[in-house]
Amino acid sequence: MAVSVDEAVSPGPTRQRRPATRRFGGGRGRSVVEVALLAVLAVVMLFPVLWMIETSIKENRDVYAVPAQFFGFTVTMDHFRDVFIAPGGGRSDLSVAFLNSVLVAGVSTTLATVLGVPAAWAYSRFAVKAKKDQLFFILSTRFMPPVVVVIPIFLMYRQVGLIDTKLGLILIYAAFNLPFTIWMMKGFVDEVPAEYEDAAMLDGYTRLQAFRRFTLPLLVPGIAATAVFALIFSWNEFVFAIFLTSSDEVRTAPPAIAGLIGGTTVDWGLVAAASVVFALPVLIFAYLVRKHLVAGVTLGAVRR
Amino acid sequence: MVSTTPPARGRFRRLSDRGLAVAFISPALLLLLAMSVFPLLWALYLSFTDYSATRGGPARWVGFGNYTAVLTSAQVHQRTLTTLIYVVGAVTLQTVLGFTIAYLISRRTRGRGVLTTLFLVPMMLSPVVVGLFWRFMLDAQFGVINSMLGSLGIGQVEWLTRQRTALISLIVVDTWQWTPFIMLIALAGLTAVPKYLYEAASIDRASEWFRFRTITLPLVWPLLLIAVLFRAIEAFRLFDLVYILTNGGPGVSTETLSFHVYKVAFLGFNTGTASAYGILMVLVVIVLTQLYLRYLNKLKEG
Repeated sequence: MAVSVDEAVSPGPTRQRRPATRRFGGGRGRSVVEVALLAVLAVVMLFPVLWMIETSIKENRDVYAVPAQFFGFTVTMDHFRDVFIAPGGGRSDLSVAFLNSVLVAGVSTTLATVLGVPAAWAYSRFAVKAKKDQLFFILSTRFMPPVVVVIPIFLMYRQVGLIDTKLGLILIYAAFNLPFTIWMMKGFVDEVPAEYEDAAMLDGYTRLQAFRRFTLPLLVPGIAATAVFALIFSWNEFVFAIFLTSSDEVRTAPPAIAGLIGGTTVDWGLVAAASVVFALPVLIFAYLVRKHLVAGVTLGAVRR
Repeated sequence: MVSTTPPARGRFRRLSDRGLAVAFISPALLLLLAMSVFPLLWALYLSFTDYSATRGGPARWVGFGNYTAVLTSAQVHQRTLTTLIYVVGAVTLQTVLGFTIAYLISRRTRGRGVLTTLFLVPMMLSPVVVGLFWRFMLDAQFGVINSMLGSLGIGQVEWLTRQRTALISLIVVDTWQWTPFIMLIALAGLTAVPKYLYEAASIDRASEWFRFRTITLPLVWPLLLIAVLFRAIEAFRLFDLVYILTNGGPGVSTETLSFHVYKVAFLGFNTGTASAYGILMVLVVIVLTQLYLRYLNKLKEG
């Protein structure tokens, strides 16, 4: 079982609190200190996020106010309108970039899932030669520094005409999510007893049919969780996007948002609004897969 | 639902288990070979040549020339030091803070779910968003951080435009984003500690500190180590945050190795040298990854 946030949160009694054997006084006082410390840390961690949301709904003169205005500013939705609608009407560059991001993340995730799930099943079920080495090799490809990988990829893409195309991004993202998908899915397949397939094969199904009709349906929740993580990774990816694409029609959202600070003056309200629009789906998706977060963020490596 | 009647024999060509394994695994491996292994081999070849992506022309074989150039370059040594300070500083801060938060949360009865979820938000954001957020907040003139410091009576700090503070800012921002990662994994370890151990310790009237040192820490340590190594690898590879937050500046004070490789490859167009540089970085990553996988294996078997 993967340790889930829900599990970590189960409202059982705390283990440390034993009033009967408390030896030192001040148990309550220490508890208050702990709560206060936790509150301070929570405020520090969340403040930047709140500040960005606040900035996104402020008018420009309040955005640049010195000293900073925490309360009592006029709320405006202008920045959010600017994210989607170009100044002269019509679609803005950012909204095109968002659509590109949806397409690239969606297709690359589908590709990684279609290739990764069968591979994970095979690694889980069969005695593959040097299985451990293969799996470790697969995971280590994910750890390569993107800046280093992008140099030969750039030359390779230039050679075959994949520079500044969505297909090029989709392929590299699929390759980048594949190790994660295989490791994550292998964990889920391992949890489904192989005996189900053995029993089905005794009934006359082939191995492949047994996989498709008995194991695959049980894997659907795991596949969904894995795909959501792959989606988040592709959605957030920046390094490949900035080196392999350049035109507005192909660019995904991260380089497009980063491009907003290129000029001499920066419209921070717009940057904030674009960031909020960009981050919101990720937070929603991450909340949906919170049970699998530990496995997800360690690329499927840690699960207990 | 699944029908219970077995299908007629021979309707599908029967694949042997062996054949099925090959058919299922090879497409995935082929993609990885094409997109990860082949590019690295190409980079390995280029690292022995004087190839330049812009000059074109045939690549001339220069042997280990690029490697000796990179390894003896004072610039590279300086970037290595910067990277080391950054990795050690950021990962240490994250570990201490992340573990503290996890420990405090694990001692609470109520509100653990809400707290955990809230603390995790920074980790899920894209480095682009994080970099931009902080660049705005750390702005010397209208940034909110200086505004708050100002109201406390502390003067303006030029966070991103002074050599020393820029690197500190980078460490702070990375810590802000990745403390939740350590917290999440430490929390998983802390909640997995069996309760009966604490109960036994309390019967023995062991002190709080004694219990922490002899029960909590040894049991959480293996998992924490994995998290720390994972973060160290990620921090070593880091590029996007530097690119957005400081663009390596002021001067070269926040140029990490990753950022320097980018400059050599895409601004200097010394593709051959950059490849050698990259391959050396890959070697470091491979060593770190091996270490990581070894501990991971130990954890899984233990």
